[in-house]
Amino acid sequence: MAGAREIRSKIKSVQSTRKVTSALEMVSASKIKKAQDKMLASRPYARGIRQISGHLAHANPEYKHPFMLKRDPAKRVGYVIISTDRGLCGGLNTNEFKKAVGHMRDWQARGAEIDVVTIGLKAAVFFKSTDVNLLGNISGLGDNPELGDIIGVVKIMLDRYRDAELDRLYLVYNDFINTMVQKPIVDQLLPLVPVEDENIRDQWDYIYEPEPEVVLDYVLIRYIESLVYQGVLENLASEHAARMVAMKSASDNAKELIKELQLVYNKARQAAITQEISEIVSGAAAV
Amino acid sequence: MASTIQCKIVSAEQEIFSGEVSMLIASGVMGELGIAPRHAPLMTLLKPGEVRVQFPDNREEDYYVSGGILEVQPYLISVLADTAIRAEDIDEAAAIKAKEEAERLLQTKDKEYDLAKVEAELAKALAQLQALARLKKKLKR
Repeated sequence: MAGAREIRSKIKSVQSTRKVTSALEMVSASKIKKAQDKMLASRPYARGIRQISGHLAHANPEYKHPFMLKRDPAKRVGYVIISTDRGLCGGLNTNEFKKAVGHMRDWQARGAEIDVVTIGLKAAVFFKSTDVNLLGNISGLGDNPELGDIIGVVKIMLDRYRDAELDRLYLVYNDFINTMVQKPIVDQLLPLVPVEDENIRDQWDYIYEPEPEVVLDYVLIRYIESLVYQGVLENLASEHAARMVAMKSASDNAKELIKELQLVYNKARQAAITQEISEIVSGAAAV
Repeated sequence: MASTIQCKIVSAEQEIFSGEVSMLIASGVMGELGIAPRHAPLMTLLKPGEVRVQFPDNREEDYYVSGGILEVQPYLISVLADTAIRAEDIDEAAAIKAKEEAERLLQTKDKEYDLAKVEAELAKALAQLQALARLKKKLKR
């Protein structure tokens, strides 16, 4: 019966793994909805701030904010990379990092140096072992990230851009398309791509308090932060969706395996019983 | 006739208030502001403090903002509120914290958090599961 016992313990361990995976699946399924709600809730602010920065840039065409200056050729390129804190979400992070690294190689081929700040533990662990400069990290944002959480890492990059230590800034995250599809995206943050808004026609002359330049500076920082924050939310929804799918397939695999192991176990048990009976019978015949 | 104007207070995380108001009172960086309907278009920065909205029936509601932008358009007042207290030194502290976090990560060699370790074990178990499933399929053929 040694074989049967081994199989049974294997079944036990697969069963407990399956319990974990199906629990994770259910947790993620419920969190997707919440993450999507947060995405929706953050849109009015993002839209408002985009409109305002569009108005401002439009109303003051002669004033060039440092964030709008394009410096060529780019000698240093920065990335804000958003990842998950935890694994077990399929190829979500791997695909994203692959895309980011591909983008970086293009710049390195043109002789640019790469600076990186990361949001999320996985990106930090990955990029610290590559040949890029990891300048900042924030992790442990959890399921309720706030804009306040990302101010620090974004500021590191904005300050460098302002001081001309950085000539481009990109944002990398996973775009949540639907539960089955998440797409890694590399977006340009700086220099600012001019905001083309359809509502730009109905313009009015604002009274500015204080001067437009000060307001513009204040608004642009928030504009970039809100873009990064939206990336964080997209990535969060992607994380839960990817984890749900990964855990679902793991649970299905485990179920299949248990079924087959059970069959093997039954056969082994049957064989053992048959053998025992034949031993008894042949023993009795000998007597 | 009580005239009103559409008003919206939103933060990056959520919509805080939306509705018709007869007056909005906020503290701008240049001083207290009361915005009534038909106010001239205005854009100003807000100080941390209360934003008070008054309704036509004289009710009032208070919201606390930690700064933000107040924009007055002919038919809409919108407040883009900050939820985190912002100041140059506080932002600076956040940046320094993020830098330190990165340095700490760069120094720790392969020591991860306990959580990561547990997850690695679980990932290993899953990989074994898959390998076993593949093996099973091969044996069947």
